[in-house]
Amino acid sequence: MGSGGEAACETADFLNAQDERVGVLQVRLYRPFDERRFRAALPASVKALAVLDRTKEPGGPGEPLYLDCLQAFYGTERSPKIVGGRYGLSSKEFTPTMIKAVFDNLATAEPRNHFTIGIHDDVSGTSLDYDPAWSIEGDDVFRALFYGLGSDGTVGANKETIKIIGENTEHFAQGYFVYDSKKAGAITISHLRFGPRPIRSSYLITEAQFVGCHQSLFLERFDVSERLAPGGILLLNSPHGADRVWETLPEPTQRGLITKRARFFLIDAAKVARECGLAGRINTAMQVCFFAISGVLPHDEALATIRDSIRKTYAKKGEEVVAMNLAVVDRTLAHLHEVPLPSESTGRAKIRPPVSEEAPVFVRRVIAPMVAGRGDTLPVSALPCDGTFPTGTARWEKRNLANEVPVWDADICIQCAKCVMVCPHAVIRNKVYEPERLVGAPLTFKSRDARLPEWKELKFTLQVAVEDCTSCGLCVEVCPVRNKSEARLRAINMEPQPPLREVERANWNFFLSLPELDRTRVPTDHIRSQQVQQPLFEFSGACAGCGETPYLKLLSQLFGDRMLVANATGCSSIYGGNLPTTPWAHDSQGRGPAWSNSLFEDNAEFGLGFRVSLDKQREFASELLHGLADELGDGIADAILAADQSDEAGIQEQRERVADLKAQLSTLNCDAARRLEAIADALVRKSVWIVGGDGWGYDIGYGGLDHVLASGANVKVLLLDTEVYSNTGGQCSKATPRGAVAKFASAGKRAPKKDLGLIAMSYGTIYVASVAMGAKDEHTLRAFLEAENYDGPALIIAYSHCIAHGIEMKYGMRNQKVAVDSGQWLLYRYDPRRVAQGENPLQLDSSTPRTKVRDYFELEGRFKMLRRTHPDEAADVFQQAQHDADVRRAFFAQLAAAAPSAKHP
Amino acid sequence: MNLSTTYLGLKLRTPLVPSASPLSKKLDNLKLMEDAGAAAIVFHSLFEEQIRADRFELENELTQGTHSYAESLTYFPAQEDFAVGPETYLDHLSRAKSSLDIPIIASLNGETVGGWTRFARQIEQAGADALELNFYSVPTDADRSAEDIERGYLTILDMVKAQVKIPVAIKLSPFFTSLTHFARQLERHGADGLVLFNRFFQPNIDLESGEIIPHAQLSTSGALRLPLRWIAILYHKLGISLAATSGIHRGTDALKLLMAGADVTMLCSALLQHGISHLRVVEHEMIDWMAQHEYESVEQLKGRLSQQNCPDPAAFERAQYVLAVGSFHTRIL
Repeated sequence: MGSGGEAACETADFLNAQDERVGVLQVRLYRPFDERRFRAALPASVKALAVLDRTKEPGGPGEPLYLDCLQAFYGTERSPKIVGGRYGLSSKEFTPTMIKAVFDNLATAEPRNHFTIGIHDDVSGTSLDYDPAWSIEGDDVFRALFYGLGSDGTVGANKETIKIIGENTEHFAQGYFVYDSKKAGAITISHLRFGPRPIRSSYLITEAQFVGCHQSLFLERFDVSERLAPGGILLLNSPHGADRVWETLPEPTQRGLITKRARFFLIDAAKVARECGLAGRINTAMQVCFFAISGVLPHDEALATIRDSIRKTYAKKGEEVVAMNLAVVDRTLAHLHEVPLPSESTGRAKIRPPVSEEAPVFVRRVIAPMVAGRGDTLPVSALPCDGTFPTGTARWEKRNLANEVPVWDADICIQCAKCVMVCPHAVIRNKVYEPERLVGAPLTFKSRDARLPEWKELKFTLQVAVEDCTSCGLCVEVCPVRNKSEARLRAINMEPQPPLREVERANWNFFLSLPELDRTRVPTDHIRSQQVQQPLFEFSGACAGCGETPYLKLLSQLFGDRMLVANATGCSSIYGGNLPTTPWAHDSQGRGPAWSNSLFEDNAEFGLGFRVSLDKQREFASELLHGLADELGDGIADAILAADQSDEAGIQEQRERVADLKAQLSTLNCDAARRLEAIADALVRKSVWIVGGDGWGYDIGYGGLDHVLASGANVKVLLLDTEVYSNTGGQCSKATPRGAVAKFASAGKRAPKKDLGLIAMSYGTIYVASVAMGAKDEHTLRAFLEAENYDGPALIIAYSHCIAHGIEMKYGMRNQKVAVDSGQWLLYRYDPRRVAQGENPLQLDSSTPRTKVRDYFELEGRFKMLRRTHPDEAADVFQQAQHDADVRRAFFAQLAAAAPSAKHP
Repeated sequence: MNLSTTYLGLKLRTPLVPSASPLSKKLDNLKLMEDAGAAAIVFHSLFEEQIRADRFELENELTQGTHSYAESLTYFPAQEDFAVGPETYLDHLSRAKSSLDIPIIASLNGETVGGWTRFARQIEQAGADALELNFYSVPTDADRSAEDIERGYLTILDMVKAQVKIPVAIKLSPFFTSLTHFARQLERHGADGLVLFNRFFQPNIDLESGEIIPHAQLSTSGALRLPLRWIAILYHKLGISLAATSGIHRGTDALKLLMAGADVTMLCSALLQHGISHLRVVEHEMIDWMAQHEYESVEQLKGRLSQQNCPDPAAFERAQYVLAVGSFHTRIL
């Protein structure tokens, strides 16, 4: 309640000091709403009241607090003018200048009611104008901004800084951390204020006396001097020496520093960290620099406090870690330099546009400001009025995150396409094409004869989108080829990105210009050929090395041109649908997955709704088609109604028939034709996929999932099983295996994993598969095809390695394999159709365990941690886990070996 | 039959001691060893490098991706009590100490001077009866001389000896240019005994996968010849305890080494291969042989065939050909 209250009070104080007569009443207890006390708290001198709600009641007469306030004065003798307004929705800023605008509105003769503040609503015209330059922030508050990467420890260091200042000085401290919508290469912006009075400024810093740029790669993304106050300090972490660093700043940044008469400091924190044995950990060095040059604490006192804090923070991690961090403190100052500013900017470096200039207008006008962090400036009219967003926009945001990228060794590659399959960001692609298409190819574009017999005479290229790569390394680890002379090399190897960027950008663009192979010519029975299908899920914001996205990409390749996705909230809804850009994409025909996100508790039902709606449309379209059959020529109605759409060719033919139908309908002048035109596309087969994680499928959405699977409806469920609530930070789910440490299971989970597949099988009518791409990719492919092809509900449970497993992500696929080899994860398919063939519906597809569950546990931090925290119990728990695996495997083997006549287990 | 011997000042029932191996990681195994007649047990090594690597590895694994995304600032529960140091080893050691009656010799492989001394102290506090310093490293630095490396080892020994009161043995590799000289240096710097020799993991190549596989190969009786030679040579040159390790599979293997001058014979591969109860077999074989040959005690035969006491002292120094090749020729011709 009243989250903007402090800023409002601060603004009112400022205005009153300038002889305004304004005030703020903060309601702290909303229910029961005490009208009498509310009236009593408002001085009799109050003439007008603006009631601010941080909520929206669509269709209501007003927002809740506003209505309560009206009620509080209704029928009383007092009748101040009362207007209502909305603020802060979608985390929109609520700043003093906006608050002043609210007071200014009240001061007018006819204050606007039902206004919005902080959003430029140029559609319904409800927003109040404000002056973005107006500020009340005084110089007695020290304001600092830090740009960092999630992985570099900037946020952690700033939290420590706040603690140091808050605990060791008379100053009050405030910190707010703005995080990215991406999980890989996420930018963090830390807003810190320190001052002699309690800090009430509950809004972001727009002008800082200190700006820390912790990664030089930000220089080309935005102007790091933009929010620097005149006379402020910029601290840059850069590997370039003091004599060269100025040239690396883009011109606008150089100009900003010069005109603001800023001071510019340089540190090579990576070098300091490396020298002290803490490669990649720049946080301590940056913190030392901040204290050394900001002057918020006396120099020696600051360093002594940092040393104390290091001893406390790292004590648990061992004396070496403490010693290494202390060494950083001692060495940093020797590497910190002030760089004198020249009188004129001479920069040739440029700030990269947030999206490519070749991007569509919508992407340039609407998406680009969001990418650049200026989304709040977009007017309401810029956004699509029906709530839909165009897909395939992630391809325009070249994030250039990778220090190293995969490079194809065409000479030794066997064209197995495993690297293409596992690439979580669809950065590695292959195409086969006619040799003559190579005309005009860049000189560095690589091409070889296609090895598959069915593609004889065609050329093959494996291309990497180096600007979209996250450097996860899964591709290299999964490559089965070894270089004959240098065994460390494979057919795909990591090399530094910067020297390759320009060349490979041209190669990538040329690669995109090559036509996609006709889908009907793509054999989908093997990875090596199937992977040539265009992925319609690309460049998502998922973690580097994500174990979920390769499955989604496969799904999009196989069925994306006819797929609807109902996505439960979770990681997949964040990297799949979080703005600014959308990874779900479309092909050159404009066909691609239609995607929407629903809640944990109703996503299965949400997807069932898609199916019901599609079926109804098809049913109605069929009725209309029947009715119009005589008026339509060439027996097209019968052909459409009887069409076999069980394969790619059948679907393609049906699309052509429907196109014909639409052409014919346009010549008919009747209501039925108009109605059929609107829904004729429903006559082409669609694939409904319900997607979510284990938190959804095993736990919160389980009731609905069970209901939907039991309904018999033709919906497919892809359950991305990370065995933990990944998106919210690793909470234990019912999919968490015994022995794994997770939040809410900090002593290791002591119960076995729920067997969702077995529950689903018990109906006997559901196709069920358990897959692990890293263990058997062909099995995964087969399960996807069988599930989609089954005329009924299907459930695929897909082992997805995850950052929340405490693993080195590049080994994710190996861990999947060991999980299967140890029997911890079973591969199986349960196909109800087999019963009719006199076969057992269950096929156990993993072989007899070749290793122990313990060997798998040793690969993952989530299990190893138990040994570290509960060494006495760990051995027993791990033994029980082995027992779980043995018993489960034996049970499945028994079910799979039962007499074929058995209907189901 | 009196099999008793003295090693590092510890009075032992027999000269049969299981050497550092993964077997000692389980308390049950330790009890089995005691039941099978082990006179003392050398614990598996506490590797500082391993502890350090574990700490970093776990720290990296548990903190990656943190503070990047607002809804998942961390992925693991914060743990107050994290045993990533020597705690597990030390707990196990003190538990073993309270469950067994025979002496326990801890083994330590440090990485830093601070590590060697700190862990040595902690090991003593945990109740070890003696400490074996496992000087195990593969020197690959082309700029570092043998002298420098040896000096480093002596410094470590000095510092550890200054920290602990329990006897300290040094487990060496055979790869010293002047082993006798270095052994004497160790004695002068306070070593209470030498363990000869350490067996390294030998890397192997998997031709199919093109990968290097770290490989621990179990020893055979043939391997005892290396310690046999050096124990025989050192027996009279040093006044400290000598332990033989490598290739002791039978009672006769142990007897040969005792006759060369070993105070104890340590077993590892034999136990991994034949089980812990094999200790009993070796002991019986020793007793049988000694009875047949009318020996009364181990002390009686100890050093009987050391370089100084044997009929052909030059045989231990002969490195090539003269006799060995000659005997080979005789057999095949």
